[in-house]
Amino acid sequence: MQGALRKNFVSTRNPCKLCAPLGAALVFKGIEGAVPLLHGSQGCSTYIRRYLISHFREPVDIASSNFSEETAIFGGEKNLAAALANIATQYHPDVIGIATTCLSETIGEDMAGILRNIPEDSLNGAPVLVHVSTPSYAGSHAEGFWAATRAVVRRLADRKNVPERPNQINIFPGICSPADLRYLKEIVADFGLSAVFLPDYSQTMDGPGWPEYRALPAGGTSVKEIASMSSSAASLTLGRIACVAQEQTAGEFLRYGSAVAHHPLGMPVGIRETDEFMRVLEKISGTSLTEKYLYERGRLTDAMVDGHKYVFEKKAFVYGEEDLVLGLATFLSEIGIIPVLCASGGKSGHLRRLLAERIPELQGRIETADDEDFAGIAESAKRLRPDILIGNSKGYHIARQLDVPLIRVGFPVHDRIGAQRILHYGYRGALELYDRIVNALLDKKQDDSQVGYSYL
Amino acid sequence: MSAQNDIKSAQSVKDEMLSAYPTKTARKRQKQFVVNEPEQEPRQEIQANVRTLPGIITQRGCSYAGCKGVVLGPTRNILNITHGPIGCGFYSWLTRRNQTRPESETDDNFMTYCLSTDMQDENIIFGGEKKLKKAIEEAVDIFHPKAVGVFSTCPIGLIGDDVHAVSREMSEKTGANVFGFSCEGYKGVSQSAGHHIANNQLFKHVVGKGTTCPKGKFKVAMLGEYNIGGDAFALEELFTKCGITLVATFSGNSTYEQFASAHLADLVVVMCHRSINYVADMIEKKYGVPWFKVNFIGAEASAKSLRKIADYFEDAELKKKVERVIAEEMEKVKAELAVIRPRVEGKTAMLFVGGSRAHHYQELFKEMGMKVLAAGYEFAHRDDYEGRVVIPDIKVDADSRNIEELHVEPHPSEFRARKTKEQLDAMAAKGFEFRDYKGMMPEMDAGTLVIDDINHFETELIIEKYKPDIFCAGIKEKYVIQKMGMPLKQLHNYDYGGPYASFEGAINFYRDVERMLNTRVWKHIRAPWHKQEPLAAVFINETN
Repeated sequence: MQGALRKNFVSTRNPCKLCAPLGAALVFKGIEGAVPLLHGSQGCSTYIRRYLISHFREPVDIASSNFSEETAIFGGEKNLAAALANIATQYHPDVIGIATTCLSETIGEDMAGILRNIPEDSLNGAPVLVHVSTPSYAGSHAEGFWAATRAVVRRLADRKNVPERPNQINIFPGICSPADLRYLKEIVADFGLSAVFLPDYSQTMDGPGWPEYRALPAGGTSVKEIASMSSSAASLTLGRIACVAQEQTAGEFLRYGSAVAHHPLGMPVGIRETDEFMRVLEKISGTSLTEKYLYERGRLTDAMVDGHKYVFEKKAFVYGEEDLVLGLATFLSEIGIIPVLCASGGKSGHLRRLLAERIPELQGRIETADDEDFAGIAESAKRLRPDILIGNSKGYHIARQLDVPLIRVGFPVHDRIGAQRILHYGYRGALELYDRIVNALLDKKQDDSQVGYSYL
Repeated sequence: MSAQNDIKSAQSVKDEMLSAYPTKTARKRQKQFVVNEPEQEPRQEIQANVRTLPGIITQRGCSYAGCKGVVLGPTRNILNITHGPIGCGFYSWLTRRNQTRPESETDDNFMTYCLSTDMQDENIIFGGEKKLKKAIEEAVDIFHPKAVGVFSTCPIGLIGDDVHAVSREMSEKTGANVFGFSCEGYKGVSQSAGHHIANNQLFKHVVGKGTTCPKGKFKVAMLGEYNIGGDAFALEELFTKCGITLVATFSGNSTYEQFASAHLADLVVVMCHRSINYVADMIEKKYGVPWFKVNFIGAEASAKSLRKIADYFEDAELKKKVERVIAEEMEKVKAELAVIRPRVEGKTAMLFVGGSRAHHYQELFKEMGMKVLAAGYEFAHRDDYEGRVVIPDIKVDADSRNIEELHVEPHPSEFRARKTKEQLDAMAAKGFEFRDYKGMMPEMDAGTLVIDDINHFETELIIEKYKPDIFCAGIKEKYVIQKMGMPLKQLHNYDYGGPYASFEGAINFYRDVERMLNTRVWKHIRAPWHKQEPLAAVFINETN
């Protein structure tokens, strides 16, 4: 049955994924002084800007090499050179992150060759140029995100293999919110460690007002910090599927090239995944979990006890990027909710196996639908009758049809304010998610009640 | 502050802006930047509808966005299939906040769907026609639409899939009217090319196919109204009140049948000149329906447009009815303005949006007693700035040449001149204008800035220099402007407000803008220049 419905259809009906250059642009937004540049038609930049902006509600500048029909025929070298020159003079960036779109990929642009002809020092301020190949016919925004992460490390990390910084770790956090990033930073600091995040858009995509105009928002990981990643004590990659689906993750690249230990982990969503994350930090830092986190964890488990009567055996649909789905499903299984459908537009081929591995206790009760779209999810809903949906805003129509609550998480959330502040990670994130889920179910119960009890 | 001073300070801003560019870029850019002097002879020229320079962060979208997103997006019962990788379909899925209102619950409304062929590696290598055919077939099986639109994205043109041949074949096979759009993103210089491609195909494949339309004495087709925030609904109501029958709207809340029967109207009125004026020309030539420009943004403008429609039909009863509606509506408008105007009078605005909106919305600011300092279009052409009088002088460059110009002849049986030559001459003698649009620049003050295809960098610079009280653009500009402590009014989607068209819409707009300007939020994040003098004053002091 799993995924069978979807396979009957050729077209994608209401997609549950976005395109690869969007993921790459998000990574570049997490580097200090970086301007993303999409090599292709200007529409890609415009569309992607609009989507990122309406989720984060922050300025997002993404340049384009503005292909015309002529460029599409004769190649984009001239356009790219002009784009780089114009960006360099207007923005004085440290980095220009170039992602190739469907168009430039289809015409087979020789990016290495083109970039050889445009020496960095020929550009105003000599910004570093990083290229990542992101045709959207070969992977979704999640693949674009990880490809850009890898490309940045390959291009910018020093080629050393001396672990000079025993207190420094690298964190590849995956697609998460600025609030998640800030919380991870707090945790790492509390362990007495310093961390280089790639990307780190905690400030660039959720910043304060500007006392004076800035061409580029403050924040992000600097080029120098990225260079130092090869001297860190360890790398943590948060995304089990990203770790197995990629040919070589940034973390593996640093392990091979610079002997930096690599810990492929899950997104720290829920208790078990957060425990594992914390255990790794304990090991690296040589210190144990402080009281602060013991209390956070304690409050979480206490809340789970308090609320279990409202949630156990409820059925949830979870959808979004594969790694987020895996994390959320793990968490749901911990609180007694059955993630009866785990759906994603991604198609790494690893989701089902990892769900089975991570949540063995629910074997046979979870359906996996990768390479899925919302039309398919809606069809499954008729059969599986979920009590709640957990995912991005695009599932709203299904929730509305079913008259069940939608807990908005992940990306994109563009029908609520505060998407950039949704906390998914760690004990605190789990507690927030828990409260939101339980309260949504209570809301529904209360609204549906004839009596209208105010005491539940 | 005299116009001369305005002109001088505007000139100095222009110089400063251009100095930030590499020489070659500055040379190109300066032609798209005019310090307005409407009285000047010969008339000032602006360069527009030219390529955006690479690396300049533009507001513009692509041809696909204009074709699928803008023109065909808000139709109810044409099923749209994006042929390409997933992004384009996803991003154009239910985001423009067009509204639809099917007449009954069982009527088709495909607007909420996004169908894509979701091309994968192997389709790019071996071609995607087979996949497209299957996608059309299954879409017809599921939805049973009367018509299907197929939209090409960038890679499609390159791998050589023939969407038109596939559409023809599938039309025959499925019985639905299937037609394709070669709206690859690299075509043209902005979404304007996409509007043209969309409209051409609708004209070729749909307009004229209908044989019946709603009955009424005064039948009008409205072109260039996309029902953002319910604008078209407001206009439908207004027309109904006046006894005018709306036969078709291109393309807000529209249906296949409306497009098909548009030629049965007795008058075509054009709201957004940029996106569709050529269709009005073609309908006139082929079917004999005259057209003129209207503007229902602004209470005064709405009254003027209604009166012109009534004058066209030369019917005393209609004129009376229209006057009654105007009187009724203006009373409400005036009452609202009496409250709002004192709170906003003298405040300043800038508008950089669209192909008509930057012009139309100046009406509303005028009514509120606010001053427009600068304006520009995102994707308009020279005639939208300078008026239709320049159309014969517009150079057709390579990018425009790639967009098909349809050759139209009077229809052998369907052509019916709605007005005789004598009638038209008599109307012209009384000053009645057809095919008219005078453009934005003649209506703007001397010393205001007119900037075509403004980019991010320039936006920030003029804000810093002029410190307007409100800036009008879209979501992409919204947060950067607001970071600097200034409200941005979204004129693409109205910040989820609206409608803003017609009298009722004008009132909504006054209220929304007043609230935006005067909310206490801004007081908490005072802009750093708050205590500084505005630019013009500084300039005067310096020259003294």
